[in-house]
Parts: sequence; C-alpha cells; structure tokens
Amino acid sequence: MEEARGRVHKYGDNIDTDVIIPARYLNSSDPAELAAHCMVDIDPEFAGRVQQGDIIVGGENFGCGSSREHAPIAIKASGVSCVIAATFARIFYRNAINIGLPILESPEASRAIADGDEVEVDFQSGTIRDITTGEEFRAHPFPEFIRRIIDAGGLLASLREEA
Amino acid sequence: MGMTMTQKILADHAGLPEVKAGQLINARLDMVLANDITGPVSIKEFDKAGFDGVFDKSKISLVMDHFVPNKDIKSAEQCKTCRTFAKRFGIDHFYDAGEMGIEHALLPEKGIVASGEAIIGADSHTCTYGALGAFSTGVGSTDLCAGMASGMAWFKVPSALRFELTGKMPPFVSGKDVILHIIGMIGVDGALYKSMEFCGDGISNLSMDDRLTICNMAIEAGAKNGIFPVDDITREYMKGRVDRPYKEYSADPDAEYEKTYTIDLSTLRPTVSFPHLPENTRTIDEAKGVKIDQVVIGSCTNGRISDMRAAAEILKGRHKAAGIRVIVIPATQSIYKQCIHEGLIDIFIDAGCVVSTPTCGPCLGGYMGILADGEKCVSTTNRNFVGRMGAVTSEVYLASPQVAAASAVTGEITSPEDL
Repeated sequence: MEEARGRVHKYGDNIDTDVIIPARYLNSSDPAELAAHCMVDIDPEFAGRVQQGDIIVGGENFGCGSSREHAPIAIKASGVSCVIAATFARIFYRNAINIGLPILESPEASRAIADGDEVEVDFQSGTIRDITTGEEFRAHPFPEFIRRIIDAGGLLASLREEA
Repeated sequence: MGMTMTQKILADHAGLPEVKAGQLINARLDMVLANDITGPVSIKEFDKAGFDGVFDKSKISLVMDHFVPNKDIKSAEQCKTCRTFAKRFGIDHFYDAGEMGIEHALLPEKGIVASGEAIIGADSHTCTYGALGAFSTGVGSTDLCAGMASGMAWFKVPSALRFELTGKMPPFVSGKDVILHIIGMIGVDGALYKSMEFCGDGISNLSMDDRLTICNMAIEAGAKNGIFPVDDITREYMKGRVDRPYKEYSADPDAEYEKTYTIDLSTLRPTVSFPHLPENTRTIDEAKGVKIDQVVIGSCTNGRISDMRAAAEILKGRHKAAGIRVIVIPATQSIYKQCIHEGLIDIFIDAGCVVSTPTCGPCLGGYMGILADGEKCVSTTNRNFVGRMGAVTSEVYLASPQVAAASAVTGEITSPEDL
C-alpha cells in the first residue's frame, strides 16, 4: 500500500452499509457478485461506471449501520483503491482495515473534492492531492498499531505473524 | 483519574490495572457471536488462514436467524457452511431452525451473556447486552474470525457520554421511545466511537426489556457500546439463566465523561423516526396521520415478551385496518410459546396479523415482508435507511410496539392514546 490514483465518486453524509450493499444480496459473500451490486440503491450506475483505482469520497459517518463486512468487500472488489471521508462509522473503519481497503479521514478533503476530480493519495505521508484543482490535504495518519496490521496484510496475517 | 464502567471491564479483560480513552488494548473475550450472514464470511477466512481449532467451543455462538428458515438456495448454503463448522469444532451454542431465535433476544434469554463479560458479535446490534452490564460490541467477520481462533480482540478504549435518566415513563412510552428520543437529540453519529453509559434514579423504573431495547440501538447513534449499571432488576433477570459466576462493575465516581445529558423520562412522548435516518425523530403529536401499507412488530429491538404484550393489549378486540399487512414476529421460541400460553397469538391472528417463526427477515429487507415501490411501513425495528425493507422508494417509520399496534388498527401513524 503505497499510493492510489483515480477518479472520484462523491457521496454525502451517513452513507450506510444498506446502500453500499443491500441485504437482498447478502445471500452471497462472493466479492465479484457483491461488487456487481455495490452502491445500487443510491447510485445504480456505479457498478458500470467505476474503473480500477477509482476513489470514493464520502462525508460524515461513512459506512454507518450494519456490521456487514460485505460492504467494504464490495467496494474493494469494485476496484476502488481508497475511501476518503470526513469520519467513518467505527465498525466499517475496523472492517476496512481488516480486509485491507485503505481509508483516510479528512474533513477538509471530504468537503473540497468534487465528483469526477482526479485524486492522488500518498499513504505514507497521508497526503491527498486533488490533481483537477491542485489543492492538497493532509489526512489523519493511522496509529502505529493499525499500520502494523495493514503492513502484515490484514488482521489475520498479523495474527499469524505473532503466533 | 477514574474509569467509566466500560473502561473498567476492558481494563480487566486486558489484564491492566487501568486504561485511558484512546489507548489501544488487546482484550480477552468471554463470548464471540456470528449469524448466518456474517458467519460464512468468518468461516471462509478461518479456513483460508489455516487455523486448526477454535479458542473455546463453549464461548462461540452461531445463531441462524437472518434468512432462516432459508429463503433461497444461497441462504441454505450459508447455513450449511455454519452447520458444518459448528459440527467440526463441536460448538456448544449453535442454534438452527427450531431452536434459534433472533440472536440478541436469544443470548440474554439463555444466559449465554452476563454482567461484566466482554462480548463481540459479527452483527452491529451486539451492543444489546450492555443492558446486563456487559461490554458488548459489533464487529465484522474478520474480527470475529480472529476472535474465534484466539479469544482476543483489539480495541481502542472509548471515551464516554453519560445519560442520566430521571423520573418514570408515562403510559404508552417505552424503552424504544427513550432511545429514539436520544438518537434524535444527539444524531446518528452523536456517540461515534464512544460508550453511552446510562445512570440515574430513573433506571430503576426501566425493565430489562426496556434496557435491552435502549442498548440495542446505541449503534444507531454510532456508539461502540451502550451500558447500564447492574442492579436488582439485572440480578433478577440473570437468576436461573446464568449458572456461572459473573462480575459486577460500576463506574468510578470521578470517571471522565465527555458530556452528560439529563433526561426526565416523565416528559417523553411516544416517538417516531421518519425516513431515512433514525435521527429524524418526531413526537407522535407531530407524526400522526401518515398513511401506511404495512406494520412490523418484532426484531432484536422489540420482539420480546413485553413488546408482544404491549402490542396485544392494543390489538385485543380490534382489527387491523383494511388494506394493510401486519406482521408479528416473536423473537425466540420461548417468547413464541409464552405468547401462545397467554393467548396473545389468538389476539394477533383475530386482529388479522401474520404471526411468524423467529427471523430477522423483514427488518433488513431480507424476506417475510418486503415493501413494494412507494409503500410505507411502521416498524418496531431499528433502521429506516433508503431501501432497508425493500424498494428504494419505500419508507420505514421506526416506532414502539404500542405505536405500531395503534397504527395497524387505523392504517395511519396513530398514538395509542387516541384509540
């Protein structure tokens, strides 16, 4: 996990896991199948439009609601390289880290970045650059503890390393 | 500096004399829980990681409650995955169709969770067990997998908000109205990453079912957990259910809270959350008159015996309004049986209701009550997000069993006081 670059899909506050992946699709845990329905209730064209490397930008409380890990799995399997939001709901935050979907908290970036902008993220420094507007933002960096999990390749891999 | 009740439980489970908000800890778990939706993802990860055993077969619960009895072939496969796993490792608390109930009603009822314990569940409403004075929180499938293998989970120690409840709820106001009122006041991210600790002389007027409902929806304010102190009501509830020693914790007098809210329970009104967020609350007086197509009474939030009794009291000798569907779901087999013994099922069926075996089905738009385009539902469940119960254009209004039952009679959102 070094950097990400892609076109932005922008959403508002309180994007819940029910709109990220509605429960009617939870009879499967296949990432590709989940990706095919990602965001369908809020943005039906998302699955057809999203390109490998694209970035999702949300507002406050992104990923609120259910604990379904299917939500970050669906986003990751869609090819999304990073989610930036003002704040994340806590279970979604944990789940994203645990499955290796990079997420960054930046209220400033969340406000300023527009839909369709080209954005570059440097995970080491926590720098978010909006190439379209030239603006730059700093995200809250991950605490050391979390970085160790991500560097190991997720929670289960880090658990194996410790064993 | 003193610790909150949550912090004391976490410190003990991390083997530390003291913890502070923001500190990262590794805590020992007393129970880990998954269901037929989140379990298969955990099990897939478990097999992929190559773990050859679970940490303790008596401290894992697998409850088949979301799409059970199976709604389709894929759901059946998911249950099969859980069933095979449970058999392979001899999981003590595996509940399949026939024995299962909605997980967050079932575990307290069977004494599988108790005061002072640390519990994670791959279901966001795992925070329910805070009603018993436990630390209990929802996680995803990967955390759950790690929990099943190691019996441990990492946590960032939460800061806390204190809710001082005073007085006594008036008639037709219940625990559901208390928590909807609070979510309306602080918002769906008002307690993000934090504990919600309840205290005050008003809690002695709250039944265990009220407390379970209140803690159940702590997640709807973004909280990590909700928690009640342990008192005689808690001890009475656990008597005959919990057969192992349990520990009672209480917050230090000098514990630090980010904010204290005081709520006089006697001033509360029946409360309804309008679409599409639980924070969009209105008192019944501002909510009356919305025409509805369906009513759901049940779920991990409001499917307990006192909820069934409250609904039946209103529906007794009455009939649902023409043209609407009313679905009643007792949350566990034992609640279902109690409803039969007390004659509540007769009341429901005579009133024109569907009565179902326990399932989470309609709450999350899985099955057993999906809404069509533009339909409106008054539901005692916990979420009213876009498309939660069916079509993207459908609407869910969250309310208590009393308001739901009264609305079933008239076909529009109605106060039970007006019948």
